[in-house]
Amino acid sequence: MQITVDKDLANATLTVETRFAHPIEKVWELFANPRKLERWWGPPTHPATVVRHELEPGGAVHYFMTDPEGNRYHGIWRVISVEAPARIVADDFFADEEGAPVEGMPTSHFEYTFEAVDGGTVLRCVSRYDTVEELQKTLDMGVEEGLRGAMSQMEPLLAEG
Amino acid sequence: MVVSIELSDAEVDRLFHALADATRRDILRRSVAGDLSVSRLAADYPMSFAAVQKHVAVLEQVGLVTKIRNGRELLVRSDPDTLRRARLALDQLEEAWRGRVERMAAVLDDE
Repeated sequence: MQITVDKDLANATLTVETRFAHPIEKVWELFANPRKLERWWGPPTHPATVVRHELEPGGAVHYFMTDPEGNRYHGIWRVISVEAPARIVADDFFADEEGAPVEGMPTSHFEYTFEAVDGGTVLRCVSRYDTVEELQKTLDMGVEEGLRGAMSQMEPLLAEG
Repeated sequence: MVVSIELSDAEVDRLFHALADATRRDILRRSVAGDLSVSRLAADYPMSFAAVQKHVAVLEQVGLVTKIRNGRELLVRSDPDTLRRARLALDQLEEAWRGRVERMAAVLDDE
């Protein structure tokens, strides 16, 4: 597995491109199947639970992440466009427990594209914040801290093959 | 977390605006050594001295460069510390995504 990261500081945009040695249908399922989505969206310290999954234009994907103390952090994708198995465009909001976006919290706009290449799949994830102020706020949420902690716990999973 | 303590949201916004211009980024790169004056910098761009001076002023306002007097000249020097703090926000996001990609691979390999 190879991974390419482009950090565009001026535009508050992160682009991650990776190639999986798996067919495009399988990679698409990571997003289209809520049970699979919750296995990678949050780290083991903050596992994700998907409670609503409408992967269609105008639909909502509502999830929450649970910290070690049992606190739940809700988020919601507002799906803008879906072309199976090639493209997902959505906005990702912090939400309350009903799945309603919370005012004043950072919103990211994402576009995930899938491309079949030589029996494998190239996945490109572009995440953009409207302003640097929004990007900045994500640091205050501590979400990244939790995600980072996941790296060490990931090794056994990968070793399983 | 470190970033949010040291820079307010408004400050970070101005910082990114300052970096959103190719000439300003180039000035920043060339100012690391701190041995070029505004006129020396301006000689390399297809624009007026005043325009370059304006770019330097934008960088100066957000603390990316400082002007240091050296005899009759004002030398421009970049402030790598401020730049480093700005990048931290994006670095953390990158690490989060590296984690997600690793987990995606683990789920795919699990089947």
